[in-house]
Amino acid sequence: MTTDKWELYGQTFASRLLIGSALYPSPAVMNAAIEDSGAEIVTVSLRRQSPQQGGGSQFWQFLKELNKTLLPNTAGCHSAKEAITLAEMSRELFETDWLKLEVVGDDYNLQPDPYGTVEAAEALIKRGFKVFPYCIDDLVVCQRLRDVGCEVIMPWGSPIGTGRGLMNPYALQTLRQRLPEVALIVDAGIGKPSHAVQALELGYDGVLLNTAVAQADNPQLMAEAFRDAVRCGRNAYLAGAMPERQTASPSTPTLGTPFWHQQ
Amino acid sequence: MISIRVNNEPRQCDPNLSLECLLAFWGFESTQIAVAVNESFVPRSRYSDCHLENGDRVEVLAPVQGG
Repeated sequence: MTTDKWELYGQTFASRLLIGSALYPSPAVMNAAIEDSGAEIVTVSLRRQSPQQGGGSQFWQFLKELNKTLLPNTAGCHSAKEAITLAEMSRELFETDWLKLEVVGDDYNLQPDPYGTVEAAEALIKRGFKVFPYCIDDLVVCQRLRDVGCEVIMPWGSPIGTGRGLMNPYALQTLRQRLPEVALIVDAGIGKPSHAVQALELGYDGVLLNTAVAQADNPQLMAEAFRDAVRCGRNAYLAGAMPERQTASPSTPTLGTPFWHQQ
Repeated sequence: MISIRVNNEPRQCDPNLSLECLLAFWGFESTQIAVAVNESFVPRSRYSDCHLENGDRVEVLAPVQGG
């Protein structure tokens, strides 16, 4: 097994799986699944709460027990202004300048708004945030995000929660080739471990997923499957896949083939 | 008394009370919430000198699960 590590904004990690904390059947299953996934980075969020709900203190307790690096998101924000305000609130509450930036452009497929995302990323980086932008797989959008200072970019595989995998491997491959200096993470749309393998085989540095584990019949077992999938894909990438060929080529030596006769 | 909204719920409050007093009165524990007024972030250090005005919209957010 390889022991390669990777860096995100100066912090080193061994696991290439980032995992969400939502949609699990129970907090106990969430903790167990996240633990079994091997993920070191967990996404969280902020929402309106009434004092009667304990102000989020119970969830806060679960997060502390997990002892993972937290990546707060700005899910549900529809403008750069909203995302910037929510980012400031997250930084204070979670005591981290890491931020998964989400600016929704379309409520139907939750497609990120590229204009709002770039605008917010630039403003947040100037305010000292370490921005992980969730974005579409468009090369120019990702170049703009890099230009404003994003060291990590997270294009979607397919829309959030669809589990449809990598809709456009060509676009993702183009990003990998053209942005070699950026840590690229496929975020959203990963439904099966094979999707994660494919992303890592393409040279992606990691994957971020939530629903695929949380909504599996057995979240803990699926978490293990994804833990192994990212290792598998990464090792395959490092090992270097053979080139595809148009025609068959025997793998067993042809010299000494039995029953062979010159016609 | 002034009329404000807290997490989109209508409330009346005394404009002489600071945000710090109001949050405590409403039952929020300040270490586990983050606050914005009229979509602008209010750092915890400013709760004591922040006073609300009629029509203000207060967001009081807490940690939740996220993807």
